[in-house]
Amino acid sequence: MTTTLLYDGSLNGLMTAIFTIYDRKIKLPIIALDSRTQNDLFEGTELVITDPDKAQRVWNRFKSLCNHHDSHQVYCAFLSEIIGIENTIYEYLKMTFIDQKAPSGDYANTTVLKLSQAAKMVGREKHRMEAFVRFHLIDEETYYANIEPDFNVLPLIMKHFKNRYADQKWIIYDLKRNYGISYDLKTVQEVQIDFNKARGQRGILNTTISGKDDEMTVKGSFRESENNYKDLWNQYFKSTNIESRKNLKLHLQHVPKRYWKYLSEKV
Amino acid sequence: MNYERIKEKLEILADAAKYDVSCSSSGSKRQNKNKGLGDSSGMGICHTYTEDGRCVSLLKILLTNVCIFDCAYCVTRKSNDIKRAAFTVQEVVDLTINFYRRNYIEGLFLSSGIFKSPDATMERLIRVAKKLREEENFNGYIHLKSIPGASDELMQEAGLYADRLSVNIEIPTKAGLKLLAPDKDHKDFIKPMKAVQNSIQIYKSEKKLIKSTPIYAPAGQSTQMIVGATGESDRDIMYSANFFYDKFQMKRVYYSGYIPVANDSRLPAIGTEVPMMRENRLYQTDWLLRFYGFNVKEILNDTHQNLDMDIDPKLSWALRNLDLFPIDINKADKRMLARVPGIGMRSVGKILSARRYRKLNWEHLKAIGISMNRSKYFMTCDSREFESRDLTSAKIKNLILLDSSSKYHKNFSNQLNLFS
Repeated sequence: MTTTLLYDGSLNGLMTAIFTIYDRKIKLPIIALDSRTQNDLFEGTELVITDPDKAQRVWNRFKSLCNHHDSHQVYCAFLSEIIGIENTIYEYLKMTFIDQKAPSGDYANTTVLKLSQAAKMVGREKHRMEAFVRFHLIDEETYYANIEPDFNVLPLIMKHFKNRYADQKWIIYDLKRNYGISYDLKTVQEVQIDFNKARGQRGILNTTISGKDDEMTVKGSFRESENNYKDLWNQYFKSTNIESRKNLKLHLQHVPKRYWKYLSEKV
Repeated sequence: MNYERIKEKLEILADAAKYDVSCSSSGSKRQNKNKGLGDSSGMGICHTYTEDGRCVSLLKILLTNVCIFDCAYCVTRKSNDIKRAAFTVQEVVDLTINFYRRNYIEGLFLSSGIFKSPDATMERLIRVAKKLREEENFNGYIHLKSIPGASDELMQEAGLYADRLSVNIEIPTKAGLKLLAPDKDHKDFIKPMKAVQNSIQIYKSEKKLIKSTPIYAPAGQSTQMIVGATGESDRDIMYSANFFYDKFQMKRVYYSGYIPVANDSRLPAIGTEVPMMRENRLYQTDWLLRFYGFNVKEILNDTHQNLDMDIDPKLSWALRNLDLFPIDINKADKRMLARVPGIGMRSVGKILSARRYRKLNWEHLKAIGISMNRSKYFMTCDSREFESRDLTSAKIKNLILLDSSSKYHKNFSNQLNLFS
């Protein structure tokens, strides 16, 4: 009989679930996200309480059996939030623990292939977000951007933006997952913002935000020069196009419509 | 800042710069320093794509479209009756910094019409780059145009601030250049290339001894050729490209299908279709040379002076060399795997790593993502079934074409008839 383990959606939660499987020698485990499963605890379903120590033991053991690329792939696959990816990750770790070595590059194996494909999709989305983030200067000194990525890529793009915009304060906010990352010229921190307006009403320019943190009160008024730069960018976008080479199919392939909402040149 | 005026200039000077196809922002090693602005040590990023499907990575503008030359193929030629404009150094700096801060761009690609003299023009381009680096602590990507005829000293200085330098050869043959740009000399194009190449080599050898040697043009050089303006063959173009890769260690050669911009009897008339298909085939060939280990003579030679339009150059090569196939996917070396039509370099890597674990069959190859409709005629694997008919090249080609659809199909339906 199968046992369904419900975890809280964090990597530590998933690793605790895997710890539990080994600890209790569960025969046919299925790992699922707590919020995705209906809460009538029918037989064979149990809740995993996240335990960072247990989680670390599993993760460290896994890392000692693979190279950096493999563990990063697993992490990326985890961030994909694809339904069922937890079980692929469990399978992958299981294979690693049995062979005492990660099956890296065994693309003819479905688990390995699935994992690498999920990681690839996440990698692509990460790269897209590095490209499609559009900052707006909101108060006198903070550059702000909204995003709604397909996957949870904020943890992956943090470093890129920190290195690049080392001398300006910025916030990138994932409206889909309702959290953001904020850089204060020293470190990057996770932030949550209580928006005054419902999600559907927020467009490219974010309206008034009242910060949860005391320090972070961001007003949505734009200076004229801010609109000017947006305008100049749109002008540039238009002028650099070559009409006689028009190829909308290719254009859409590179900039799918779901991203247009936050791209000033496409609005 | 006079916003309306800047907008007007941007309209003119971005429009004039757009025929330069290079937009790459990769290959540099410039890291953020002293907590300044920007970092170009990672991979290139395309921040958006125009409706023609081309990537927008850099702010690509001319400093001015005033030009003392009268090259027939160029939109900013002296005799063309168009609006002229010029940015000031400060205006370019402000635009670059403000676009960069908003994550619109990876950096600046600055070119210019040649006003007064090549040296005066080059000197002005350098001033922009220098200001960005020294006053704004800008570590984003800067691509400067090497102005044909500029002095070696200026080229030496340009590389201290720029990540990449390029000079566009534009016309692949000397005869073509003479015809279309009578006041330009082939040597003037080569001279700055040589100067930059020398400086790169000096930098590399000094760097080994002294770690603090200031970096010089870390993303190297590139050039561009116009395709379809004069009657050159694909062989002429690719041999020329090969020459630049070989002799000047170019990072890239770009091929730009000629877009008619003048009513000139020496050139295709305005309204002539841009040879996009041909351009695409040239890029495919370029990739085969740079990543797939092909020699240009294998693809283009006296008997094959032009690329096939209906099939890609690798398939075309394979069909001419059927005696080398089929190969065993589980045994073939990397070089031969890369030569199978339908298998790209990423797939080659996956096959090599997957076959360490087990013998691969058709299902595995399909799952990995190999394009079977082309490759199946050229390989065997761990399956009993494989293409056992003794097919001729023409037959294989027809089978493949029947099995695929290309957006360019209408362009070569005539040629197809020859074979059926």
